[in-house]
Amino acid sequence: MPLLEVKDLQVRVEEREILHGLSLTVNEGEVHAIMGPNGSGKSTLSHVIAGKPGYEVTNGEILFRGDDLLEMSPDERAAKGVFLAFQYPVEIPGVATMTFLRTALNAQRKARGESEFSTPDFLKKVREVAKRLNIPQDMLRRGVNVGFSGGEKKRNEILQMALFEPSLCILDEMDSGLDIDALRIAADGVNALRSRDRAIVVITHYQRLLNYIVPDFVHVMSRGRVVKSGGKELALELEASGYAQFEDAAA
Amino acid sequence: MNVALGKLNTESPAGELFASARGRLPGSGAVGEARQAAFDEFTRLGLPHRRIEDWKYTDLRALLRKIAPLAPSPDKAALALASKAVKSLKIRGTQKLVLVDGVFVPQLSDVAALESGVGVHSLRETLENDRNPVRAELLRTKLASDAMIALNAAMATDGVVIGIADQAVLAKPVHIVHVSTNSGSAAFTRSLLQVGNGARATLIESFIAAAGAASYQVHDSLVLSIGNDVELEHVRLVEDAPDAANLSTAIVTVGAKARFNTFNLTSGGELSRYQATVLISGEGAHVTTNGVNLLNGRQHADTTLVLDHVVPNGESREIFRAVVDDRAHSVFQGRIIVRPDAQKTDAKMMTRALLLSDEAEADNKPELEIFADDVTCGHGATTGALDDSLLFYLRARGLSEKEAQALLIQAFVGEAIESIANDALRELAIAAARRWLAARG
Repeated sequence: MPLLEVKDLQVRVEEREILHGLSLTVNEGEVHAIMGPNGSGKSTLSHVIAGKPGYEVTNGEILFRGDDLLEMSPDERAAKGVFLAFQYPVEIPGVATMTFLRTALNAQRKARGESEFSTPDFLKKVREVAKRLNIPQDMLRRGVNVGFSGGEKKRNEILQMALFEPSLCILDEMDSGLDIDALRIAADGVNALRSRDRAIVVITHYQRLLNYIVPDFVHVMSRGRVVKSGGKELALELEASGYAQFEDAAA
Repeated sequence: MNVALGKLNTESPAGELFASARGRLPGSGAVGEARQAAFDEFTRLGLPHRRIEDWKYTDLRALLRKIAPLAPSPDKAALALASKAVKSLKIRGTQKLVLVDGVFVPQLSDVAALESGVGVHSLRETLENDRNPVRAELLRTKLASDAMIALNAAMATDGVVIGIADQAVLAKPVHIVHVSTNSGSAAFTRSLLQVGNGARATLIESFIAAAGAASYQVHDSLVLSIGNDVELEHVRLVEDAPDAANLSTAIVTVGAKARFNTFNLTSGGELSRYQATVLISGEGAHVTTNGVNLLNGRQHADTTLVLDHVVPNGESREIFRAVVDDRAHSVFQGRIIVRPDAQKTDAKMMTRALLLSDEAEADNKPELEIFADDVTCGHGATTGALDDSLLFYLRARGLSEKEAQALLIQAFVGEAIESIANDALRELAIAAARRWLAARG
């Protein structure tokens, strides 16, 4: 059974249809890249999979290990193993990063019927992951993302990914706002999480990121549909010729 | 008990209240006269209503309708229930002074174990002490007339009169616990705390209900006289029964270079009003008056603060937060007065309300009355809902809707709680907020 199956998905936002029948299948262990110009519906797809309110699904379905994802609340999806790394992670003043991480991790474990982490076990786990991602301890003491640079915010997303160990990671424009050094650190963090029982979907406008996170499959989106799928060489093709050819194909 | 009967109109419900209670009100002679004068004042003013500016959002004629009869003195069974309620507070390491249904109860209090430098008498014994020439003054205030302050002075049955000696540094908080065990009646208490020059102390006030207590009324006044160079931290937690009313006043004077840090949290009671007037009468004082209202159901809670800068070089900070769910109604009125002589005053006030339902209501009324020209004063007020993008972020990380809300609400009220310097007191405030959040489910 595929990990994620998106079938003929049609999505509206305030009367405007953004996705016009999108299909995508992702299996465990695979890394997929979804590329496309601005406005092609890439972020909408990631939001609908994560369960963000404000989107109306008018047709199609999303199955996660065969279960209907659209019937689940965002927290149920998270507990099932769906993780969205946000393009713009929000700042939450007054909520300490450690409190947030522990509350989230234990909420997911509780929903899965697993025992909650004890405080020492939790601290040990966070320190271990933070060290691997080169995240200083003082960052963890601050409010969630408060005063973090763009690179730090993205690293915090990857820290959560490493901590929650989801089966499906969707990275929404992970490279936006990052310089090349920050990008490399973030990409290394993601690569460390590649495994046979986890799938990663990288959403990006630019081919650049795919030099660091090398995908198994590349899909090109245009005007709310996947217009072409292929191997990693498709990304290089796009880099050379641009998206214009696919805009014609979608029209 | 030589009160002239002539002026009393026992036909009116209020007149009957006073007439039937008077046999139980301590103090004769000058005290009786002070009570009579206060009651006449209350009769003249009547219950506050919306056309009285200070009571604009809390119309007691509509919300309270009438003053309940005086609660009976607690019997053995009531004291047992009260004792249980005090224990369930789980606040340890304090010097407890327990008032049950308006009566000071030494056997539930830590009177035998008070720290040196702390003196406690009941208001009753103080008012009944004919050799005390100023006892009637305990019932008077210099504030502008207010019906509820007058009623409290007329009806006060008991309270605690606490003195903290000059330079005393207390290790344990003084903890006044108001326990209600009655149903359908009212307790009238009045307590006074005088903090001597250079002393350091903490004061906790808890308002709680014993099991089974319902629809009662609490009428309380607290008079705080803070000397020069004092450090006093004060935390007040109103966790009355869901259908109770709590109408309280604090009258505070702050001496030179004193630091007074006061925090009020109201989460209980169907109707509550906390009005505090802080008179900064010594130069270089620093006052922080923060507060939180946590309301749901059909609760109505009004926090009204007046900060009166009379002398130069005073500093005051106010942070108020209201979290309002269901059909509840929160009121915050904050007035900063800077008198002509109070140059170099630095006063700031910020109030924010969080509405969790479409039918919730929050009224914020910040007022600045500035008569000096060389001052730094500012205020701000906002009202809004929880940020959807923050809620979604938290839910996408596995938190349920209630858990996500709870985390954001804690952060929202945290700004008002953070300023409590004493760790134990701050924990009490956080615990009270958590109790409210846990009760939401």
